[in-house]
Amino acid sequence: MTRYIIKRLLLMIPTLLGVAVLVFFLMRIVPGDIVELRFAGESVYASKENLDTERARLGLDQPVWRQFLGWMGGLVRLDFGTSMWTGAPIGEEIRLRFALSLQLAIMATIVAIALAIPLGVIAALRQDTWIDYVVRVLSIAGLATPSFWLGIVFILALLIVFKWLPPMVYTPFWVNPADNLAQLIWPALAVGYRYSAVATRMTRSAMLEVLREDYIRTARAKGLWEKLILSRHALKNAMLPVLTVIALEFAFLIGGLVVTEQVFNLNGLGLLFVEAVAHRDYTLTQALVMLVAFVFIFVNFLVDLAYAWIDPRIRFR
Amino acid sequence: MAVGHPVEGVAEIPEAASRRRWLAAVGEFCRRRPLGAIGAAVVLINIAVGLGADVIAPYDPLATDYGAMLARPSMAHWLGTDAFGRDVLSRIIFGSRTAMLVGFACAFLGATIGAVIGVASAYFAGKVDLLLQRVMDIFLAFPLIILALAVVSILGTGIVNVIVAIAIPMIPRAALVARSSALAIREMPYIDAARAAGFRHRRIILRHMLPNVMAPYLIMLTAYLGQAILAEASLTFLGLGVAEPTPAWGLMLRGAAVQFAESAPWMAIFPGLAISLAVFAFNLFGDSLRDALDPRLRAQ
Amino acid sequence: MRRYRYSLVIASLVIAIGAVAPATPAMAQDKPRYGGELIFAVPSEPPSYDAHREETFGIIHPVAPHYNTLLRPDPTDKLAAKIVGDLAESWTISKDGRTYTFKLRHGVKFHDGSEMTSKDIKASYDKIIFPPPGVASDRKGEYLDVEAVQAPDPYTVVFRLKWPSGSFLMSLASPWNWIYKADILAKDMHWYETHVMGTGPFIFVEHVRGSHWVGKRNPNYWDKGKPYLDGYRAIFIRDSAAQVAAIRGERAHIQFRGFSPAERDSLVQALGSKITVQESPWDCVLLVAMNHEKKPFDDKRVRRALSLALDRYQGSQALSKIAIVKEVAGVQVPGTPFATPPAELEKLAGYGHDITKARAEARRLLKEAGVPDGFTFTFKNRGIPMPYEPVGVWLIDQWRQIGLNVKQDVVEAAKYFAELRGGNFEVAMDFQCGYIVEPDLDLYKFQSKERSPANYGRYTDAMLDDLYEKQSRAVDPEERKKYIREFERRLLDEETHYLYTLQWHRTIPHSSKVKGWTITPSHYLNNQLDTVWLTE
Repeated sequence: MTRYIIKRLLLMIPTLLGVAVLVFFLMRIVPGDIVELRFAGESVYASKENLDTERARLGLDQPVWRQFLGWMGGLVRLDFGTSMWTGAPIGEEIRLRFALSLQLAIMATIVAIALAIPLGVIAALRQDTWIDYVVRVLSIAGLATPSFWLGIVFILALLIVFKWLPPMVYTPFWVNPADNLAQLIWPALAVGYRYSAVATRMTRSAMLEVLREDYIRTARAKGLWEKLILSRHALKNAMLPVLTVIALEFAFLIGGLVVTEQVFNLNGLGLLFVEAVAHRDYTLTQALVMLVAFVFIFVNFLVDLAYAWIDPRIRFR
Repeated sequence: MAVGHPVEGVAEIPEAASRRRWLAAVGEFCRRRPLGAIGAAVVLINIAVGLGADVIAPYDPLATDYGAMLARPSMAHWLGTDAFGRDVLSRIIFGSRTAMLVGFACAFLGATIGAVIGVASAYFAGKVDLLLQRVMDIFLAFPLIILALAVVSILGTGIVNVIVAIAIPMIPRAALVARSSALAIREMPYIDAARAAGFRHRRIILRHMLPNVMAPYLIMLTAYLGQAILAEASLTFLGLGVAEPTPAWGLMLRGAAVQFAESAPWMAIFPGLAISLAVFAFNLFGDSLRDALDPRLRAQ
Repeated sequence: MRRYRYSLVIASLVIAIGAVAPATPAMAQDKPRYGGELIFAVPSEPPSYDAHREETFGIIHPVAPHYNTLLRPDPTDKLAAKIVGDLAESWTISKDGRTYTFKLRHGVKFHDGSEMTSKDIKASYDKIIFPPPGVASDRKGEYLDVEAVQAPDPYTVVFRLKWPSGSFLMSLASPWNWIYKADILAKDMHWYETHVMGTGPFIFVEHVRGSHWVGKRNPNYWDKGKPYLDGYRAIFIRDSAAQVAAIRGERAHIQFRGFSPAERDSLVQALGSKITVQESPWDCVLLVAMNHEKKPFDDKRVRRALSLALDRYQGSQALSKIAIVKEVAGVQVPGTPFATPPAELEKLAGYGHDITKARAEARRLLKEAGVPDGFTFTFKNRGIPMPYEPVGVWLIDQWRQIGLNVKQDVVEAAKYFAELRGGNFEVAMDFQCGYIVEPDLDLYKFQSKERSPANYGRYTDAMLDDLYEKQSRAVDPEERKKYIREFERRLLDEETHYLYTLQWHRTIPHSSKVKGWTITPSHYLNNQLDTVWLTE
C-alpha cells in the first residue's frame, strides 16, 4: 500500500511542474501587459518613459528565461512573491478569498450530497416509474439552468418578497457564524442544486448496477426491505464512481465559480482569478493556478487512495 | 439488441434490412423512453428553427426601433422588444442558430478529439499512456473558465474563437472517459490475439475498440452539447463571448436585461427559458440514450 | 501692458475669494448631526494607495478621505468651478502671472501627530512634477509649465512658472495631488504605495482586500467641528446589479460613481422618499477614434461621413432612457463657461437637425471617396456594459443606415489598450474623463500624435496644435473662447479627426439619510467626506 501511495505522490510532481510551465508561458503569450493597462487607463499624459520605469520595477524588462528561473526558484521555496497589480504579498491576497471559496465549496457539497444520495437511491429503486421521472427531470433542470440567472432570481426574490438582502461583506465563521451563514447559504443552495444534478444521476446509475447483482435480485422475492439491507453493503463499492464525480467537481468549485461570485458579490477566488488575468498580473495568476491545480491533483490523489483501499486489485497493478 | 455491442459483421447486412432495423430501433426508443423522445424532439425543433431562422423570424434581429423601446409583449411583438426596440422573438430565433452552431461545434470537437486521444492512450499503453495522461491532467487542473479566458484573450472574441475556447477544456475530460472505456476492451484477450495475427493498429482501433467507446462517446456528445451552450452563455455574460449586435441567448441576458428585470422582465425571462429548454432537452435525450445503450441498465 | 493690468484684477479677485474660503457649506434648514458610519459601494478596488500614480476612481473613493490637497473645488458648488483652499489659506499671483505664492494653514497635523509645513507640499509636488528616476508620475505632463516649487518658510509655498497659464490654479485643485509627508518621502519614495499617512478628516483603520476599506474620524482635524461622521466603510462591489441591491436592501447609503436611469427608477420605485436623487452632466464622453493610418480612414470624407450618419438628437432621447449618456455636446460639457451654445453647435458636421439630408450627404461622400455600399470594417470596443455596449450598438446601427456593414470586436481591457496604442485597429471606441471642466485638460488629447500620447487617431495636425497653444496662453476669456471654437470646428468638422458621441450623465440616487454631499460633474471630486453627515 505504501508503495502505491509513494508512486501516486511522485506522479503529482510532473503534473504540477507541467502546470507551472504552462501557466507561465500562457500568460506571456496573451497580448497586453499590466503596465499599459495601469497607466494608459484614464490618463492622457502617460508617456513611454513612465511605462518603462514601471516595467523595470516589476522585473518585466528582464529576458523571459530569467523571469522563468526566478519564478521556479520562488516556487521551490514556496515564495510566490507579490502581486504585480497591488504590490501586496500573494499570501495576503489569497488567504481570505481562499477561506470563503473553501467554505462555499464545502457547503455546496453538503447540499449536493444531501440531495443526491437519497434522490438517486429512490429513483433507482423505482426505476421507470413517475418518481424516477420526476427525480430525473428535477436533476436535469438543475443542470440546465444558467447559474447566474438563478442567482439573479434568488436575490430579486429575497428583495421583493422579504425585503431583505444577505450581508455583502464576508465575516469568517469563527467571528460571526450568523452573518457568515446568512451570506453563504444562498449561493451554496444555488451551486449545490446544480452540483447535485450530476451526483444524482451518478448515484442512480451506480445504484441500478448494484441492483442487478444476483443476490439482490433473489432478495427481491423476499420484499423491498430485504433488498435495501443487502444493497447497503454493495453500495459501498457502488459509491466509488459517485465519489469520483463529487471529488472532481469539488476541485472545480474552488476556482471556477466566477459567475456565481459576481452575482452574489462574494469575495472569492473565482473573481480574483478573472481580475488577475484581466490585469495581466502574472505573479498572482500563476500562484492561483498552482493553488487550484494543487487542490485538484490532491483531491484526485485522495480519490485514488480510496479506490485502492476499497479494491485491492488496483494496488497491485 | 445489436446497437451496443462491438459490431463485427455489419457491413455484410443488406441495406434495406439495416435501414428497417434503424427505424425499428428509433420506434422502440420513443415507446420505451418517452422523456428521451421529448428531449430529442425539442432538439430537432431547435435545429430546424436555427436553420430556418431567415424564414421564420418576423423581424430582422438587428433592426432597431427607437419608437418602441422596451415594449410589452403584444400582437406586434409576441415576446416584446428589448432596450433598442429589437424584436425579442426574432432575436431568440436567430439566437437558436448561434447556440446550435456553438453547441454542436464545441461538442463534436471536444468529444471527438478527446475520444481519439483517450483511445490512443489506452491502446498504446506504456510510456505513451503515461505521457498523455500527464498532459491531460495538466489541462484538467486548469479551471474551465480560466482556460477559456486565456484562449479568448489570445485569439480574440468572435464565434470561431469562442468555439475553440470552449472545446479545449472539454478535450481532456472526454479523453478521460474514453480512455476508461477503451481500457476495458484493451484487457480482453482477443485484442492481443489480433495483434499476434498481424492486424494493423488502425484496424484494431477502428473495428474493435471504437465501437465499445461509441456508447460513452454519444453520451458525452449530448452532455457536452448542453454544457457548451451554458458555457457560451457564461462567457458572454462575462463579456468574453460573441459580441453585439449578434443575436445570442447569453448576450440577451446581459446589461439591459438585468437592469430592467423588474420593469421589463420579458427581456430576461425568454432568453433564459430558451437556454434552459435547449440544455434540458439535450440532457434528457442524452440520459435516455445512455439508458438505452447500456445493456446492463435496461429494466427487465 | 493691458494684459498685466488684467492679471492684477484677476489676482485681487482671487485673493478676495481665497481669503473667504473655505466657507462652511450653507446647509439649508438642517443643522449637521454628529455621528454615524457612512457605508458606500465602490465598483473598483484601489491597485496601490498612491494617487500620484493611479488613474482609477477606485482609489479616490475609499482613500481620498485620508488626505488633503493644496486647493480644491468648493464642495458645495454643483459645477465645481469655484476653487477654494484646502491646506492653503490664501494666495497671491504675481503681476506677470508667473509666480503663485500660497500661505498655508497653521496647526495642521498628520495622523501620526507631526505638523504639516511647506516642505511637505514641496516634497509632494516635486514627486509629481519632477519625479526621481524609478518613480512613475502620471501627471507630470500636466505641469510642463512649472519651473520650480519653493518653500521659503514653513508656511509659504511658491510655484514659479515658465509662462503664465490661465488654468494653473485649477490644476492645483486636482483630486489626485494628495499631500504626503516629506520625511517619509525622503526615506522611501514608494512607501505611499502600500501605506496611508495623511492630514485628512479620516484616519485609516483597515483594508481587507476584495472586501472593504474602513476609516474613522480624525479628532484632531484642522477644520474644527469637522468631520461630522464617526467613520466610513467602503464596500467593494463589482457587479452593478449587486450595488443597486445593496442600496435597495439598505446595506449601503450611496455609490459615488453613478447609476443608469433604469437603476435609478427601480430604486425610487422600491424606496420612495427614502431615496434622494442628484443628477448632473458628467465630464466624461465616449469618442470614436479612426485610425488615420489605415485606409479608407485616412480620407477625411470618410471620417466626415461617419459623423454625419449619427442622429445625435434621436440618440440622446433614446439612449438617455437606457444608458448613462444624455446631452449632445462638443468639446466642453454643456452649461460650462466655454461650451458652444446649441445654435452654433448645429453648424458642425453631424450636429445638424436634418438627419435625412446629413445621411444623403454621407452616402455621397462615401461614394466620392470610393467606398462601396456594404463596405465592412471592424469596430473595436471594450466589454463594459455601461455605457460602452449600448453606445456601440447605437453606433453600428447608425452606420448601417448609410450602407456600412460594421462588425464589432469586443476586446478585453489589457489587449484593448495595447491595440489602441499600437494602432492595431480601424475604428475603435475611445473615451475621456476629466476631473474638472477645463479646456487645457479636455483638449490636450487631440493634439498631434507627437505631442499627445493619447492621440489614438494617429494624426498630425499643426494647426490644431497651434490653436491649443493659443487657447492655453490666452488670458482674455473671449479670446480663449474664440480659439476653442476654432479648435472644435477643425477637430469635429473640417478634418473630423475624432467623433464625439454623447455626453455622459451622472445620476446618484442615494439614501435620504445622507446630507451635505453635492454632486459635481466629476466622480473624482468631492470625496473627502468632511461635509457629509447622516440624519437619524
